[in-house]
Amino acid sequence: MFPHEEKIIKEKLGREPNEVEKAMIEVMWSEHASYKSSRTWLKLLPTKNEHVILGPGEDAGVIKFDENTAIVVGFESHNHPSAVEPYGGAATGIGGIVRDILCMGARPIALLDPIRFGPLKKERNRYLFEYVVKGIADYGNRIGVPTVGGEVEFDESLDNYTLVNVACVGIMKPEELIHSYVEESGLLLVLVGNKTGRDGIHGVTFASEELSENAEEEDRSAVQIPDPFTEKLLIEATLEALATKKVKALKDLGGGGLTCASSEMAGKKGFGAIIYAHKVPQREPNMNAMEVMISESQERMLFAVEKEDLEEVVKIFDKYDLDWTVVGEIIDEPRFIVYWGEEKVADLPISILTEVPTIIWESKPYKLEKDVETPEIEVKDALIKVLSSPNIISKEWVYRQYDHEVQGRSVLKPGLDAAVLKINDKYGLALVSDGNPSYSFLNPYHGAMACVVETLRNLASVGAKPLALVDNLNFASPERPEIYWQFIETIKGLSDAAKAFDLAYVSGNVSFYNEVNGKPIKPTPVVVAFGKVKLENLTTMNFKSEGELIGIVGVTKKELGGSELYRVFGIEGGIAPKVELEREKKNIEGILKAIERKLVKAVHDISKGGLAIALAEMSLSSSLGFEVDISKVPVEMKLSAIERLFSESQARFIISFDRENLEKLERLFDEFSVIGEVKGKEMVFKENEKELVRISLEEANEIFNSLPKLLGE
Amino acid sequence: MPKFAVLVFPGTNCDFETVSAIKKAGGNAERVWYKQSLKDFDGVVIPGGFSYADYLRAGAISARAEIMEEIKEIAKEGKPILGICNGFQILTESGLLPGALRPNKIPRFLCKWVYLKVSDNQTAFTRFYSEGEVIRMPIAHAEGNYYVNDPNKIRIAFQYSDANGEISEEANPNGSILNIAGISNEKGNVLGMMPHPERASDRWLGSEDGLRVFKSMIEYVKR
Amino acid sequence: MKYKAKIIVKLKEGLNDPEGRVIEKALKNLGYKIEELKVPKYFELVFESKNPEKEVEEMCKRLLANPVIHVYEYEIEPLGE
Repeated sequence: MFPHEEKIIKEKLGREPNEVEKAMIEVMWSEHASYKSSRTWLKLLPTKNEHVILGPGEDAGVIKFDENTAIVVGFESHNHPSAVEPYGGAATGIGGIVRDILCMGARPIALLDPIRFGPLKKERNRYLFEYVVKGIADYGNRIGVPTVGGEVEFDESLDNYTLVNVACVGIMKPEELIHSYVEESGLLLVLVGNKTGRDGIHGVTFASEELSENAEEEDRSAVQIPDPFTEKLLIEATLEALATKKVKALKDLGGGGLTCASSEMAGKKGFGAIIYAHKVPQREPNMNAMEVMISESQERMLFAVEKEDLEEVVKIFDKYDLDWTVVGEIIDEPRFIVYWGEEKVADLPISILTEVPTIIWESKPYKLEKDVETPEIEVKDALIKVLSSPNIISKEWVYRQYDHEVQGRSVLKPGLDAAVLKINDKYGLALVSDGNPSYSFLNPYHGAMACVVETLRNLASVGAKPLALVDNLNFASPERPEIYWQFIETIKGLSDAAKAFDLAYVSGNVSFYNEVNGKPIKPTPVVVAFGKVKLENLTTMNFKSEGELIGIVGVTKKELGGSELYRVFGIEGGIAPKVELEREKKNIEGILKAIERKLVKAVHDISKGGLAIALAEMSLSSSLGFEVDISKVPVEMKLSAIERLFSESQARFIISFDRENLEKLERLFDEFSVIGEVKGKEMVFKENEKELVRISLEEANEIFNSLPKLLGE
Repeated sequence: MPKFAVLVFPGTNCDFETVSAIKKAGGNAERVWYKQSLKDFDGVVIPGGFSYADYLRAGAISARAEIMEEIKEIAKEGKPILGICNGFQILTESGLLPGALRPNKIPRFLCKWVYLKVSDNQTAFTRFYSEGEVIRMPIAHAEGNYYVNDPNKIRIAFQYSDANGEISEEANPNGSILNIAGISNEKGNVLGMMPHPERASDRWLGSEDGLRVFKSMIEYVKR
Repeated sequence: MKYKAKIIVKLKEGLNDPEGRVIEKALKNLGYKIEELKVPKYFELVFESKNPEKEVEEMCKRLLANPVIHVYEYEIEPLGE
């Protein structure tokens, strides 16, 4: 806490808080729990439209899928804990977001895991990577929620660190929505699930500090041991308990533990709570009131029920062998009172815990973008180096470890433009995540917009129309003026891009203080988009047969700043891709129409690695080669062959189609050009008829599937 | 209409989709908690998942639950018992089927679509397949590496193969002896398999090949 | 010189041990009066070294245990040349 905050608290309270009170206040006033540095700016994001049932403000957002189906979505980060203990950190991160979905009344049906690491050539980074993946797999698989997508990215700036973001989706009937706040007094508060230990004490405050060099050796209270077995039982027991209609409010225990869950549940509509902290089942001996109140032990939920309904509800917990205890009750008076045995150990106006003043930090813009000359690089050399970059190669090694099929909804599986879950016999839910920290670092405003439009292009590529967005904002310390500026620019970008498509953010997360040894990470906003797709329209990126024509939609510019080519060849600076929202909209609409009218065989958006990699991915996923002439690519300025191939300009797609549909397609797009055809078993790039590079699918495949080799397998 | 119990242990997680697949195949099915009775059912399916989180050994703790005694009786009566994935592990751990499922040759979880050759179309669960037919289903397990002392003494129902039905080392995803993916008891009324037929029961999900496991089982009861 | 090391890695006291709890409950259900059950990891390895103590210590720290959540102990016996 900052000195000025301590002063505010003392004034509000009229005295110094005692030790227990101070610990609770500290937890609730931490950046992680209060969003004090971000709240002012988050208000700029659009959060309402006809698709939104419930926007930000509770544990997760709710989207209307159809009259009978609501989709619940949330997005969390577990960066600091995963950097210290990757297996447990990643796993408990999943546990947390799954309970967020659950506590809105929904059954969790899918996970997306965007994860980021330092370069794989270093042992510590490989360790973080392998164990984060294992943590996600072991937890997600055991609770029976499929991990259907995500991203894996590597960047120098994350050396020794990791960004572990996780999004979860749930499904319910709209009338099953349950809130996290109470609207009457007299209700009992029932704590269900794991026993409470000293886990994660000061976890939220920990999440709001930078990591020091030997984080590994740091106090073990920073991490928790994942318990997917209890989580699975909690999921089933909670859904069964909700079916009784006797649960009045429900909240999961995450950051801030019992203090946060109970004060928010009581305080939101002006009630108060009494907590009998000594009654909380304790795992470790000699715990005190403070530890019990702020412990972040995992796999716990807080239920509010009426006294006469208690028996009916707890019978269900008994069936699942889950510990439950009445730990408190809701009172009329808006106070938060804690007892330890007979002794009253805390007595605060509840608003001190739930109403935290915002902070606006100083911000300072910077300019890193500068046009640079792209050096002369041999095309084959560039193609092989970019294709073999850990950011480009197949992530099959990762997603084979995830059960992406459980629950029987996975129509489009990992490794494609977007995942699609079957929701009913006619429609599917498409979902995808994108982040582009290298663009964001050069230009946070356009970088943020690029995240949004890339997700929308991914959705369009499978034939899905967007419904809603969620965001996860991973940044360094907001106390640094440049970082705070990045953050504000990012919010503006996220906001403008969403508004252009009439989309709303229904939930989100901010994670500040992502630094190691005083080195800030690149600004890393990550966006997840959800869309609706008619199953019969589903389209994939693989070419379907030889002879299909290949076309490019959109214009290519000299936008290689933050590109994979520049990264691989160590080229600093450059101009990051700029998002032109009108162009983006037109091309996305065109693609959706082309799919609906069945004019295309394959669609893929152009993103990381540019045109060359997009074509390679389409080819490798179909085992069909191609021949294209890149002189036919529409450009807005003079570009070298290398620039045409690897520019990461936005608003572009590659499609393949039958010749007979050419004219109809030409009418759909302002910027469209046929560049070649699907052919043979080689990838052939030409420029003005002159061959630039030819590579066999066999050779390309070996490069594309080299992740196990990079891990020493 | 034949009615099947889809048994739910703490940590089972393929129960809902297994119920749906049986219904789609023309049977009736209900989720049954492992402390309830099985007496009103014509057969039992132990679905996939992580009962007791796979702690100790996959299936080990469930196999020692009281309900397994009842299942042994039901098996003796000749009613069909199907164990899928974790269900297969529970059947071997409880001695209802021979052998054991060890950690995969690459010791981690593997989720992947595979080809299977139907090696025995005379069991209660395979009569709707032709012998030697090649079908497609997903696997998703960390402990599916089947081992038995004398593989010549058991009834092999499914084997991992390539698209042409060749049983090869490359087509073996987990190191199972003789590429074994599923086996039955001598009578053919108890069958365990690592691949998930319930995940291959809908054309949108990639294949409907698995549906015939349930159709066979329903037909077997009707006779 | 060749050595044999026997290494036991276990969770630190007070940490949640879901696997231990589940197995403990299962044994109790079979009628045994279990008071406490832990599931440590046990490694046995034969290796060559000039400085076995230091190397085993390193192996534990770098890979076999995570010092954030684990404690470890080991015995080393010489096996001769």
